Amino acid sequence: MFEFCSDPSALEDLQWMACYLTTGKQIAFYWSFGTVLLLLAVTAPAALAFGFLGAMASRARIAPVRWLGLAYTSMVRGIPDIIFFLFVPIALDQGFEWLRHKVKCPDWDQPIRQGSDFVVCSAAKLPQSSAPQWVHESYGFALAVLAFAIVFGAFAANVLAGAMKAVPRAQMETAEAYGMSHSQAFWRIMVPQMWVYALPGLSNLWQILVKATPLLFLLGVEDIVYWARELGGSKTSTFAYPHPDWRLWYFLGLLVFYLALTSVSERVFARLSARLSHGQATAAGEKMRKAAA
Amino acid sequence: MSCMETIEAYGLRSIGLGERLLPRSDFTLCDQFVLIGSGLVWNVYFGLMALFFGFWFATALAMGKSSDSLLLRKPAEWFIFVFRGSPLFIQFFIAYQAFVLLPRNGIEINLGFVELTAQTRWLTKAWAGALIVLFLNTSAYSAEIFFGALRSIPKGDLEAAEAYGMTPWQKFRRVTFPTMLRLGWPAYTNEAIFLFHATTLVFFSGFPAWQQQGDALYYANYFADKTFNPFVPYPIVAGYFVILTLCVITGFGLVNRRLNRHLAPASRPRLRIRPQLVR
Repeated sequence: MFEFCSDPSALEDLQWMACYLTTGKQIAFYWSFGTVLLLLAVTAPAALAFGFLGAMASRARIAPVRWLGLAYTSMVRGIPDIIFFLFVPIALDQGFEWLRHKVKCPDWDQPIRQGSDFVVCSAAKLPQSSAPQWVHESYGFALAVLAFAIVFGAFAANVLAGAMKAVPRAQMETAEAYGMSHSQAFWRIMVPQMWVYALPGLSNLWQILVKATPLLFLLGVEDIVYWARELGGSKTSTFAYPHPDWRLWYFLGLLVFYLALTSVSERVFARLSARLSHGQATAAGEKMRKAAA
Repeated sequence: MSCMETIEAYGLRSIGLGERLLPRSDFTLCDQFVLIGSGLVWNVYFGLMALFFGFWFATALAMGKSSDSLLLRKPAEWFIFVFRGSPLFIQFFIAYQAFVLLPRNGIEINLGFVELTAQTRWLTKAWAGALIVLFLNTSAYSAEIFFGALRSIPKGDLEAAEAYGMTPWQKFRRVTFPTMLRLGWPAYTNEAIFLFHATTLVFFSGFPAWQQQGDALYYANYFADKTFNPFVPYPIVAGYFVILTLCVITGFGLVNRRLNRHLAPASRPRLRIRPQLVR
């Protein structure tokens, strides 16, 4: 990065630090913050979509669909989310490989589970062993995103189902009186109004999602926790920049990052809630009307 | 090995009793059920202890946060902000690193007339170190719940207590505290459920499992790694947690009944788990 970094052992404190903080591995660490933000950006809408489907399913008029929806929405209440994070990626991976195996190698006669091994034909492997490194990494990341979307979709389905119930009954009755069909009433009356009731739950959910992102580390993605452990561990003099165990400082840095992220989101949600309450038949909306008048 | 023998050998494996070596091959369903069940002891231990100590600390924090004195309010606010605003996973890592960095031989405390050596090694063990983190964490979350409840105590109740000539302590003991609990109880139940869920993080976040004595998820993960089949151990641990969650709901429901026993049966609030308040 800087010219004076060519011989780290001869540097003064400040220059040493400047060089240390701009080594290739440190830059990779900074980029991994992008990984976390990318995960949030992809997972939040995906989870919302899963949640919306789940909430709709749990109100469905066909009983089996409703049971499925109810099972999906209530599973996160009884089972720790981290079990899903460990289970879903490996289960999905094996599921995909099994499906491809069935399609690509129909004349394979050996069992797939042999003792403690999961054996599929080499054409069914995901990703292919000849694939470049980035394919492997993005496949792992995609599985992680799916696991997050499924778990947080279940939380979101809870929130959205509650919000749908909270829309005043009179609104729906009026829609029926106007002769709207069931789906018209749902899309034109209930969906536009439910968001203000869903917002407190969704903002809480966003905060949980932010606080769940370090679990990416458990899924084998090279995220900020991975790099903090990697870089913070004590480096002997065989390394260019020897230092004692600095993991505590790295983790304190991560703590500050998360505190900043959650407190900024809290402020954004406060403004959004004020915006959405405008003109609504809720206590907050009523308060705003009175303040303006 | 028959299933009875497995229970004898591994039923209390997670606290170091029974067979020393974990099963290495030919895992039966019984093996998995017994070993994962024995790990549940740790989840219950962490959950119960953190809840018990956290309850009192949370009450103190909530009182601090709603206090008029800046000296009490600011530390409580900051404590709650730091522990609620950051991931538990990171908190575990930080605590473990900090405990490891403490001097190995203990800290010498000179009291003038006598020298004490405070041992620090036990803090790096999960049973103490992780418990401290969980205790602080649940205290912060519960304090926020109790703080919200304190703010929604009906004004009239407090005025009536003063009109009766209650001392501040009497007012707190007989009006503020019970009403706070009553209002905060549904959300607190939720917090308890998710605290029990959070205990599964302990052995995945820096704290090593000493002599392979881990919690339910630790053993489930062990089986999943060894058999490369996630479809048996994870559903087992999930089933155990569903039962544990139902126990928590039942227990908190009983307390809820007692808290609302003075109300007419029809107006008693039922304990509904509100997912809007997930931690």
